[in-house]
Amino acid sequence: MEVSQHWRLNGQRYQLQGEQCEHCGASIFPPRDVCPDCAEPAQEVYTFSGNGTVYSYTTVFDAPEGYEEQAPYHVALIKLDEGPMLTAQLTDMDGDPEIGMPVEMVTRKLRTDGDDGMIVYGYKFRKSEFPVR
Amino acid sequence: MNNGSQPKQEDSLLQRPLRDVGIVGYGAYLPRYRLPAEEVSRVWTGGQGGTPIQEKSVPGLDEDVVTMSIEAARNALARAQIDPTKIRAVWVGSESHPYAVKPTSTIVAEAIGAAPHTLAADWEFACKAGSEAMQAAIGFVGSGMANFALSIGMDTAQGRPGDALEYTAAAGGAAYLIGPGEQSLAIFEATYSFVTDTPDFWRRAHETYPSHGDRFTGEPAYFRHVVSAAERMLEELGAEPSDFQHAVFHQPNVKFPSRAAKMLGFQDEQIKVGLLAGRVGNVYAGSSLLGLSAVLDIAKPGDRIFMISYGSGAGSDAIVMRVTDQIVDRQNRAPKTEDYISRRSEIDYAVYSRFRGKLQTK
Repeated sequence: MEVSQHWRLNGQRYQLQGEQCEHCGASIFPPRDVCPDCAEPAQEVYTFSGNGTVYSYTTVFDAPEGYEEQAPYHVALIKLDEGPMLTAQLTDMDGDPEIGMPVEMVTRKLRTDGDDGMIVYGYKFRKSEFPVR
Repeated sequence: MNNGSQPKQEDSLLQRPLRDVGIVGYGAYLPRYRLPAEEVSRVWTGGQGGTPIQEKSVPGLDEDVVTMSIEAARNALARAQIDPTKIRAVWVGSESHPYAVKPTSTIVAEAIGAAPHTLAADWEFACKAGSEAMQAAIGFVGSGMANFALSIGMDTAQGRPGDALEYTAAAGGAAYLIGPGEQSLAIFEATYSFVTDTPDFWRRAHETYPSHGDRFTGEPAYFRHVVSAAERMLEELGAEPSDFQHAVFHQPNVKFPSRAAKMLGFQDEQIKVGLLAGRVGNVYAGSSLLGLSAVLDIAKPGDRIFMISYGSGAGSDAIVMRVTDQIVDRQNRAPKTEDYISRRSEIDYAVYSRFRGKLQTK
């Protein structure tokens, strides 16, 4: 991804910012300006709590470019407490995760583009130790 | 002096704000990984000789000063419960900023929702960059230029393989949201700084690991600055060590702060809560700030706290504060320092080498 593409995602990556539909009340992530539930315009910014559960996961041993240093790692489908499902890396894991495991969002390094490129930060999830209060 | 009473501000060696300023929220952060000092000893000295601490904290592969500062800042905000858009400065003190050019502080400000209407800057003064940022925040709020300023001391310290510092160079720190006295859980009485050009420890540009003057880091460096700053602060305040419930020192190991405390007349009981180096190592710019967060976690209204930082190169900041009634409600609003210390995964020297980028893979 280009620098500008990363930059456009700062809000959702750093703060888990999505949208809330003012018509049907659905919480939406990632933000897409049209509600996937009722197809009405949805542009109200909504910041998610960061709490959720592991819906499913896999373990990556052969990592794509930019992520090699972190392998092996777990990638999970996270069901947020507010409803939406997203894909994210799990971090700070001792052993394998469990389906249904409560998790909380943390901001971590996603990847580093070589020695002179930008460092990309964003959301990951860890086993819920300190649920957002 | 002014007729023997309070000195006029322009004549005083102490720094005091124009209005009451204090800590509105605070938050600690420590990574979960721990390297026992015995592991370093096993690899480099065949297990012979003593170790300066029990174990040190080590950042995970996806952690750096940015990510650690964000979590500490979120904890500080959880305690303060203020709107982050009211923050007018985000200042991060560290000697491990991930970029040489590009501020840590703007990323932190964006992540906590303080951007864009805020100052943001990275501070550097070896291990006292965090306390210096706190003092600047006290001045910024105390002058009335802002109502809230966030100061952070955080590090992922570098230790050359096999060097004496490898036993202790650790990762962690704390964030302090500074604000008006009436909203504070602790109010600052005064700060005082003592600096000289003392070449005890440094890292040149583009170098991965720091250099130090071995035994020179003791008497002319740590002890001279810490003791001088503390003595002068006590003298100017007209206070005795026994006037304080807690004293927090910069802690490169356990021995130095313990000895400095004894030299000044503080008792073991006064430094016990804030002395964490034995279990987490030296978290550099986060060191005294993390000790302070451990003290605030258990402090009671009315407690008086004496904090003294040290940064190589060299200088010390002495900061004195008194805890208010508002501490009681805020202590449990975010994870405590002890929560982070007791959350631990032990690693060996091989995993540590990988986590800290000491292995050449291409």
